[in-house]
Amino acid sequence: MAERNVKLEIRDMTKRYNSNDGVEHINLKIYEKEIVTMLGPSGCGKSTILRTIGGFLDVTSGDILIDNQSIINLPPEKRPTAMVFQSYNLWTHMTVYENLAFGLKLRKMPKEQIKKEIDKHLALVSMQGFEKKYPAQLSGGQQQRIAIARSLLLKPSVLLLDEPFSALDAKIRQQMREELKKIQAELGITVVFVTHDQEEAMALSHRIVVMNKGKFEQVGTPTEIYDNPKTKYVASFIGEMNFIENGNQTIAVRPEDVEITSESADIQGTIRTIMVLGHYVEINVQCGPIVVKCFVDREVAEQYATGDSVHLRFLKKHIF
Amino acid sequence: MNVFKYCNPKRFYYAVGRKKFFEFILLAVFILFFYGPLMYMCIMAFGNVHEVPNVLPQEWGFKWWNFVFAQKSLVSSIFQSLLIAVITTVCSMVLCIPAAYALARFKFPGRKLFMLSFLLTNAFPKLGIYTSIGVLFYKYGLMGTLPGVVIIHMINSMMFMVWLPCSAFQSVHKQQEEAARDVGAGPIRTFFQVSFPMAMPGIVVATLYTFLGSMEEAQGTLLVGLAKIKTMPVEMFGIILDYPGQAGAVFAILLMIPAAVMIFAMRKYIGPEAIAGGFKMK
Repeated sequence: MAERNVKLEIRDMTKRYNSNDGVEHINLKIYEKEIVTMLGPSGCGKSTILRTIGGFLDVTSGDILIDNQSIINLPPEKRPTAMVFQSYNLWTHMTVYENLAFGLKLRKMPKEQIKKEIDKHLALVSMQGFEKKYPAQLSGGQQQRIAIARSLLLKPSVLLLDEPFSALDAKIRQQMREELKKIQAELGITVVFVTHDQEEAMALSHRIVVMNKGKFEQVGTPTEIYDNPKTKYVASFIGEMNFIENGNQTIAVRPEDVEITSESADIQGTIRTIMVLGHYVEINVQCGPIVVKCFVDREVAEQYATGDSVHLRFLKKHIF
Repeated sequence: MNVFKYCNPKRFYYAVGRKKFFEFILLAVFILFFYGPLMYMCIMAFGNVHEVPNVLPQEWGFKWWNFVFAQKSLVSSIFQSLLIAVITTVCSMVLCIPAAYALARFKFPGRKLFMLSFLLTNAFPKLGIYTSIGVLFYKYGLMGTLPGVVIIHMINSMMFMVWLPCSAFQSVHKQQEEAARDVGAGPIRTFFQVSFPMAMPGIVVATLYTFLGSMEEAQGTLLVGLAKIKTMPVEMFGIILDYPGQAGAVFAILLMIPAAVMIFAMRKYIGPEAIAGGFKMK
């Protein structure tokens, strides 16, 4: 891979709240044209990191650099970042056009150029013709599109997205996800995305940062994290995983890596339930005190019935 | 055919049902109490001659209207009132709106108690407050001066001017302000172009209260103004004492005009919800 430029660098950054939680010793390099997702449960510190980049939180120690320039002493309005919040992004007393033009007017852009830019960006988020509407007249998904357009209009060095789709319906969420990925590829912009939805993180990101209790658990590409989780926590947080206790170690196996056979294999049990989930079948096998979940093809599943005694082979396993 | 036949209360009672009948009676009594005095005032204002035992004036006309407008002091008092109301409103806004914003945005211990303390000025008989303030005002030479009267009017409006805008600012989300900072607006621009316009409905209602309250304030103006600052309500005291009731009625109607104009102009913002919303303690 060609030499990549570092766009954003977080150097040994610590942010501690009065209540003593927060994030500690964060080090991260984000490269140009990359989507990096901070993934973790609520309260893990992922939004804290995003807000320190955006300038809405001061850091306790450490440094944040964009294009090799320290930005920690700049107020939000002077930073080359743009942020999209979970909700309440738009100013309800302004029309869509005024919302979009606000930042450009502050930059003293000529009127005709503002109009041209807004037209272009409305087309980018498929919201042409909404200029005169007020935010209250738009659906949640439409409001987020406008908020993204407003951020993109300012041509930020880094786009920050703080769970922008989590207030939307599942179907619109998927659609927005796909569109964001398309827009990002078109503009080649650097994006830091925060979410608690592992599916969203897997679908969008070039790299994922899995966080837990203010610390990085693992940083890697979606496939790396899915195939080789470094810790038990990562293994349990991303995708489905069976955990089998074996003495003082835990064996972790993805349901799709379990093979059902009649020959003697890793573990033995009886089939508890068989559920058809579309193109594949979920079979739950009771193995002593635990239940092992297996995803198998429909043809394979047809050979078995509830109550059958079977052996399970683990094709790929992780030991923690 | 026979209209009066259908006005028979008994017939009406059975026609609309018991519940509706009593509701109607209640509404009729309420309207009478509410609008009766107002209507009577309007009738009186157009009576040239009106002696007490008669319900209606014996002679109709504009005599007292001419009288009121011929009084130079009366006309000048209208301007005095408007001037004081405008100054009070502006000063009150400058002082109270930043305070309301601070109360809405920063949570500190004792915040609720502080908010409730604004009720105190309205909890005592005002006369007591005015007399004790009088001691201070004499010391600082504010008795009988315009600034003195303005301060009294501002004290009366404090509660509205802090409570209503405060809850209006609370309805502006933090993210909306942060988004403005994010696109490049400094804190001051963010306040004036985002927070303030979005809180406008609450601020308008509060401003209206302050303006109208100042227009009709008489007690404090009379005491602190030492009859040197002659606003319309102060003049009215004199007129009611010296002239027949009709002059007072004409004057009262004149006093109503600015209030009615303001309420009409701001009708979009005024409503039971807007006012009730302002008193929510968060």
